[in-house]
Amino acid sequence: MKTNRYLLSILVDDEPGVLSRIAGLFSGRGFNIDSLSVASTAEPNVSRITMVTKCEPQIIEQIKKQLHKLINVITVNDLTDKKYVQRQLALIKVNAQPDKKAEILRIVDIFRCRIVDVGLFHYIIEVSGDTEKHDAIVSLLKPMGIIEIASTGAIALARENGKY
Amino acid sequence: MKLTGAQILIKMIKAEGVDTIFGYPGGAVIDIYDALAKQVGLKHILVRHEQGAVHAADGYARANKSVGVALVTSGPGATNTVTGIASAHCDSIPLVVFTGQVPTGLIGNDAFQEVDIVGITRPCTKHNYLVKSVEKLAFIIKEAFYLARSGRPGPVLVDLPKDIVQTLVEFEEPGEISLKSYKPTYKPNKKQLNKVVDLISKAERPVIFAGGGVILSQASEELTRLAKMANIPVTASLMGLGAFPGSDPLWLGMLGMHGTYRANMSIGHCDLMIAAGVRFDDRVTGNISKFAPGATIVQIDIDPTSIHKNIEVQIPIVGDCKAALKEIIHLMEEKNFRDLTEKRPEWLSRIREWESAAPLKYEQSYDVIKPQYVIEKLYELTDGKAIITTEVGQNQMWAAQYYHFDEPNHFITSGGLGVMGFGLPAAIGAKVACPDKMVVDVAGDGSIQMNIQELMTAVESKIDVKIVILNNRYLGMVRQWQELFYDKVYSSTNMENAPDFVKLAEAYGATGLRCTKPDQVSRVLAKGLDTQGTVIMEFIVDREESVYPMVPAGGSITEMLLV
Repeated sequence: MKTNRYLLSILVDDEPGVLSRIAGLFSGRGFNIDSLSVASTAEPNVSRITMVTKCEPQIIEQIKKQLHKLINVITVNDLTDKKYVQRQLALIKVNAQPDKKAEILRIVDIFRCRIVDVGLFHYIIEVSGDTEKHDAIVSLLKPMGIIEIASTGAIALARENGKY
Repeated sequence: MKLTGAQILIKMIKAEGVDTIFGYPGGAVIDIYDALAKQVGLKHILVRHEQGAVHAADGYARANKSVGVALVTSGPGATNTVTGIASAHCDSIPLVVFTGQVPTGLIGNDAFQEVDIVGITRPCTKHNYLVKSVEKLAFIIKEAFYLARSGRPGPVLVDLPKDIVQTLVEFEEPGEISLKSYKPTYKPNKKQLNKVVDLISKAERPVIFAGGGVILSQASEELTRLAKMANIPVTASLMGLGAFPGSDPLWLGMLGMHGTYRANMSIGHCDLMIAAGVRFDDRVTGNISKFAPGATIVQIDIDPTSIHKNIEVQIPIVGDCKAALKEIIHLMEEKNFRDLTEKRPEWLSRIREWESAAPLKYEQSYDVIKPQYVIEKLYELTDGKAIITTEVGQNQMWAAQYYHFDEPNHFITSGGLGVMGFGLPAAIGAKVACPDKMVVDVAGDGSIQMNIQELMTAVESKIDVKIVILNNRYLGMVRQWQELFYDKVYSSTNMENAPDFVKLAEAYGATGLRCTKPDQVSRVLAKGLDTQGTVIMEFIVDREESVYPMVPAGGSITEMLLV
């Protein structure tokens, strides 16, 4: 069966245990989570969970319904087929030998990233963008020697004027 | 008015119309028990094991069509409730389980009798709470009851730290419950219902498939009415037994793994299936790809996750079964489909052929008692009016097959989880809810031993339950599978070493009767049912009798082993 990538934006009560309920639902029913990011919203006591999951089309229906069934879940919005802005933040620590520095700076410039830490033999690069941009810069920096990466999950908002 | 947390708890339980709770005390709930002793109006039944408390609350909830309540202490008291909670969760039974917890300040410190019961029960409750401030206690209790009984019902757990129940606070009546994140859909979509009416009028081979949801939404009357006015035969899952009268000519019997041949064949050949309050469990469907292959399936369920989960349906209807069936009847009347009794004679005669080809049957014997015969006699002697609880296994299937339930809320069984040891405590709960009804636990010799300690509860609290043990000295259902699919290697299913159940009954202060010959069955049953108080009736039955018909696991439900 063909699996697709789905992007869900979930509003939940900001209460202890909510994340555990959602994680437990996924592990208990054998769904998988690709990435997850959680933070508070402009509304008091409401958090937004942005989740990326890969599964078959009929499974995503179950996932959405099961999520919605959790008492602390307020709305489940599938942004996959909507117009949305998606960002993911990563910090990439890359080997910066003197002969490679210029090349790294060129890549950083092309991708409109920033260098946020400089050492004698390393840079830390801050990248913000969608998944494709991340994959692209990582593949270009790989030959220089990536030391480590810290990355957030995807976050997203629908482009329409309204709350989702 | 200043009240302690414990007093608020009792006040709020009473406000929900609950008159009896089932529980077991301990250190963390000692204040609640102190408050219980100093009040009137809320009765407490002391069980002998916390699992029993939850099953009893389950039996009470089902017989009483209300919410059942259990109260236990922290740690082991709480973990002992898990099986009961999981069973109620599978069967969508409204329960509120109160567990004690160590004082707030000690939570997370691995204190004595501390366990994260909210974490443990997250996947097997509808919702659960840890109460962290006494000001919120009344509101949480009200919300817990609301969640337990509304939408698709289920168990809700409320964890009560000891300091919360001890604290004195000004009591404030909680307001109305309104949750922005929880709004069950009761009212079905009318467009979808119109399609159903159209399908019913055109169908040549329709079947109604009723599940536990019909009983939970108290929709048997509507279901029966629809079946009769549209002349549609009815089958039911284990959980749906009693939703349609078992003595009606349109009744097909239960479907599924141990369903009747005619019910399964009807499913295999129908062109329209109206499934109400069912979730298409694997014990019902068998091989999914061969389940009702030629049918347009209508599924009515209040829980959207039940729809398209196991079976693709063509007409999904999210809503309350009662509301949906009522509206379908109304629409049919409007369109003058009032009388379809003349319709589908061919379909009904085909079903009669299936029935005569392979009726539910067993071979009678004059030497050894057949378990099916015991249930048949029990049915006769109680006029089919008793509340029957069961354990799990062969006893459960024979009760389902041979006690032809005419009314809802009369068959109380652990359907989804299949808990051995469910029947006795559930019978206690059912009897407390319906003291004027005859309540009988149909048990096996294996499963009755799983919560036998509740015999003391029944005797102590003078709860008049009757227990029929079908003793084959085997774990019969597993033995049956071993016989059929594991070359008769009876690994760990021999139960020849059992207690003397008559002496056991007497040791607990109950009455014990034993029956070894077929010609004594009626007499022993009549005597046991007539005897005041708790009675065990032990029937020494054919050791290797199996439950038939049977669909091997994963097979098509139309391919049955008949004998």
